[in-house]
Amino acid sequence: MFFTTIILALREIRRHLLRSFLTTLGIVIGVAAVVTMVTLGKGATEAVAQQISSLGANILQIRPGQGFGRGGGGQQAPDFSMADVEAIEEQIAGVRAVAPQAQSSGLAVRNAANWQTTVNGTTSQFFTAQQWALDDGRIWTPAEEQAGKAVCIIGNTVRQNLFRTENPIGERFRIRDISCEVIGTLLARGQGGFQDQDDVVIMPIKAVQRRFSGNRDIRFIMVAVDDAYSTTSVQAQIESLLRERRNVGRGEQDNFNIFDTRQISETLQGTTRILTAVMGAVAAVSLIVGGIGIMNIMLVSVTERTREIGIRLAIGAVASEVLMQFLVEAVVLACLGGLIGLVLALIATFFLAPVIQVPFLFDPEINLIAFSVSALIGIVFGYFPARRAAGLNPIDALRHE
Amino acid sequence: MANEPIIALRAVTKTYGTGLTAFQALKGVDLEVAAGDFVAVMGPSGSGKSTAMNILGCLDVPTSGSFHFRGVPVETLDRDQRALLRRRYLGFVFQGFNLLARTDALENVELPLLYRGEDRAKRHANGMAALDKVGLKDWWDHTPAELSGGQQQRVAIARAIVTNPDVLLADEPTGNLDSKTSIEIMELLTGLNRDQGITVLMVTHEADMAAYARTIIHFRDGLVEKVTQKVPA
Repeated sequence: MFFTTIILALREIRRHLLRSFLTTLGIVIGVAAVVTMVTLGKGATEAVAQQISSLGANILQIRPGQGFGRGGGGQQAPDFSMADVEAIEEQIAGVRAVAPQAQSSGLAVRNAANWQTTVNGTTSQFFTAQQWALDDGRIWTPAEEQAGKAVCIIGNTVRQNLFRTENPIGERFRIRDISCEVIGTLLARGQGGFQDQDDVVIMPIKAVQRRFSGNRDIRFIMVAVDDAYSTTSVQAQIESLLRERRNVGRGEQDNFNIFDTRQISETLQGTTRILTAVMGAVAAVSLIVGGIGIMNIMLVSVTERTREIGIRLAIGAVASEVLMQFLVEAVVLACLGGLIGLVLALIATFFLAPVIQVPFLFDPEINLIAFSVSALIGIVFGYFPARRAAGLNPIDALRHE
Repeated sequence: MANEPIIALRAVTKTYGTGLTAFQALKGVDLEVAAGDFVAVMGPSGSGKSTAMNILGCLDVPTSGSFHFRGVPVETLDRDQRALLRRRYLGFVFQGFNLLARTDALENVELPLLYRGEDRAKRHANGMAALDKVGLKDWWDHTPAELSGGQQQRVAIARAIVTNPDVLLADEPTGNLDSKTSIEIMELLTGLNRDQGITVLMVTHEADMAAYARTIIHFRDGLVEKVTQKVPA
C-alpha cells in the first residue's frame, strides 16, 4: 500500500509537471548550492594541506626577529651563526637534520639563455631535511662545503630555462658575477606555498656568504624533526636553547621566531573548514526557503483539489489516508528536488573545481546529508497542508467550486 | 432476506448553527427503506431532502434521533468509522459526476478499491467488470474530458458499484443530462436495482425520473410529508 502511495504521488506530480518543477525549484537550488559549496570547500582544504605538505612535513623554520621579516620594532634582532646551527644539531634530541640557509637572488646566465632565479646557500643537510632527492649528479663533498667551492645543484625550472635538453652536469654558468659548476639537478617538485620550488640554485653556504652577501649572517635555519618526536616539544627545546644562547632574559620576548609548517597547515585548513561551514550554512538558508515554497504550493494544491478530496472522503477514505496521500506527495516532490539538486551539484563541482584550482573530490557524506535534509523538509513543510486536507468536511468539500 | 429495513431513521433532527442563527433543517424525520427498494426522494429546495441524504450517506450525523444502517446505530460512530462504513456498503453518484480530472475512466472506477487495499491485478479486473456493467468497457482509457456527460455519469455509476455496495445514493443523477441520456441512466439504475439487488436512493425534482422508483418520499419543511408506493404492475 505504501509503495502504491508513492506511485500515485509520482503520477499526481506528473499531471502538473510545470507546477511541480517550480514548486521544487527552491529545494533544487538549495541542495545544489549547499553540496557545491561544501564539496569545493573540502577540495580547497585538501589543496591547502597538499601544498603545505609539499613544503616538507615536520619542518621547523627559525628566523631572527618577530614575525616573518627581521626585527619587530625597537632593537634589531641579531642573525644566527653557524655555532647556533651546530648547537642545535648537537644538543637537541629528535632533530633529524639542521640546515642554515642564506638566500639571495640573481640573474643566471648561460650563453644566450638567462633566467632570474633564487640562490640558496646551505649545507648538505638541506637535502636530508627537505627529503629532496637528486635527479642526476651528486651533492657537494664536505671538503667542497668547507672550502665554499662554487659548485651548485639546480632545480628543474632553472635547468629547463638554462640548459633546455642539454645535460647540465659538469657545465658552468654565471650567476651575478661568479661562475659556478653544476654538479647535480633536483627532482621536480612543483608549487609549494606561494612559489615555484624548482626555481632555485643551491650552493654551499660559504660560497654564497663570501661572494654574495659578504658576511657570515644566517637568517634562516631549517630544522627537520624526527618522525618519532613531537614537533611541539622539539620546538620548545630549541626555543629555550636559543634564548640562552642569545641572552634573552626571563620574561623577555624571544628575539627570534619558530614556525612549524604543520601548525600553519592545520591553521589554514581550519580556516578553510570554517569558511566552508559558513558558506554551507548560507546556502542552507535557501533550503529553508525551498521548504516554505513547497508548503505554499501544497496549500494551494489542497485548496484547488478540495472537490477531489471531498470525493475521496465520500468514497470512504479515512482522514489519515488523505493525510498520508498529501504528505507523501510533498516528500516525493522534495526528494525529487533533492536528487536533481545533487546531480546539478555534481556537474557544477566538476566544472568549477579546475577553474578555482581545487581537486574534485566527491564527498558522499554531504550528498547523503543534503538528500536526507530535503526529505525532512518535505515532511516538515508538507505536514501542515496535508493536515488541512485531511480535516476537510466531505459535504462542504463536494460543494466547493 | 430479513424483514428489517436496511435503513431506518427515527425522530431525526438536524440543526445548523447555534443560538439566534440556528436553523433546523430536519425537524423530526421518521423513515424506513427496505433492502432492494428503489426510492426517489423529492421536495422543494429547503425541504431538508439534501440534509437527509447526507445523513443517509453517513456523511453527516443527526443532531438528535437515531439512524440505523443494517442495524448499526450510525449516530454513535466516529468520523473514521463512518468512512469505513461508506467504503464497504455505500456508493455515491452525484449530479456533477465528480470524477477525478486528467485520470482515465478505469483509474476513476478503481478508486474505492484502492482504499480497500486491493492489489493491482484485482483492482484492474474488478474495475473493468464494473465498466462492462455500465457498457463502457472499451472506453476505459478515456479521461473525463474525452467523455460525454452521459458517459461520465456511467463511469461514476461504475465507480459507485465497483465495491458491490448495499446501497447506492444518487443526488440528482440526471440533473446535468439531456432527456435521452437521462433515460439511459435511469434504465441503467433500474437494471442494477433489479438484477443486483442494490438498494437505490435517488434525490430528484423531476417527476418523470421519479417515476422509475417504486417508493417516493416527499419532504417539506424538514419533515416527511408523505410516502407513496407504486402499485406493482
